[in-house]
Amino acid sequence: MTWLSVLIAGFVTYLSRMTMVTLIKREMLNNKIKEVLVYVPSAVFPAIIFPGVFLNDYGNFVEFSDPKIFGALIAIVVGFYSKNIIFTILSGLISYWVIIFLL
Amino acid sequence: MSGKKEIFKRGALDVAPHMLSVVPFGVICGAIGIEMGFDPYLVYAMSIIIFGGASQIVFLQLISGGASSLIAVTSVGVINSRHLLYGAVLSEYLEKLSVLKKIIISYFIVDQGFAESNKYLKKNKTQKYGHYHILGTGITLWICWQASTILGIILGSFIPDELGLKFAVPLTFIAIIVNDLRKFDHLAVMLVCGLTSLLIYDAPFKSYIIISPLVALMFAHIILKLKR
Repeated sequence: MTWLSVLIAGFVTYLSRMTMVTLIKREMLNNKIKEVLVYVPSAVFPAIIFPGVFLNDYGNFVEFSDPKIFGALIAIVVGFYSKNIIFTILSGLISYWVIIFLL
Repeated sequence: MSGKKEIFKRGALDVAPHMLSVVPFGVICGAIGIEMGFDPYLVYAMSIIIFGGASQIVFLQLISGGASSLIAVTSVGVINSRHLLYGAVLSEYLEKLSVLKKIIISYFIVDQGFAESNKYLKKNKTQKYGHYHILGTGITLWICWQASTILGIILGSFIPDELGLKFAVPLTFIAIIVNDLRKFDHLAVMLVCGLTSLLIYDAPFKSYIIISPLVALMFAHIILKLKR
């Protein structure tokens, strides 16, 4: 039963990847839609970032002094100035660990 | 104009830094499945069949929590519906390809790969082999995802929870959009999406993950209207 659900879930996921790519024709995307689609990364990824930083495993808000908030702020500052993915992720993780393990 | 191989390599290199977060995430994904008592083969097969980290974890959590298959499958569908938006963006660059190629490339459309390939394709609009960049990012991520899930299945509970490796996931997405913080309109769209996601986090089927982007895109639409 679980196997069957995994197969269906996989099929649904694949459809989500495939439909737009195969069905949309150039004529269907006018300039207005294209202008809005430019915002897709900015409109999608915060929905993964914000809950990952501000909520705990049980979906409750963490405190303002939470190491995750500190780590995220460090990562944003480092990422903003370095424009480097590795520095951004590492600075966030390391500052998070420093607070957890050393302070 | 560069060749197919170079563009594929470029894609692989562009997405490589994200392995810092993809690998721990994959390990967690494998480990969680085993911890919850699922068949290791099932946990691994999910990485091939579904190939979407967040949705895999939610699926396992729901099933082990006693939720019905229908609810688990629906949640996976809702969480992964964000790919519709990626597909809509990428379709512009893929339109000239044959249906078979589109069908194959589609399987490899993932968050980090989309983000990096989208950056590349925007800068190289006339590039005939641009889709090789998507394959480069996608296949690299695919291989790492498979390897790290297996690693997680084997290591299982040896990885201490205290490390908080899950935190690498929001960090990788911060790294993806941090550069757009320079643009005020993008910053506003990000805040709308993020705040909405916190506000409606408890909505059924984890639907916050698609509702917040839609709200943010509507907001972007309004910004564009005001700009004119």
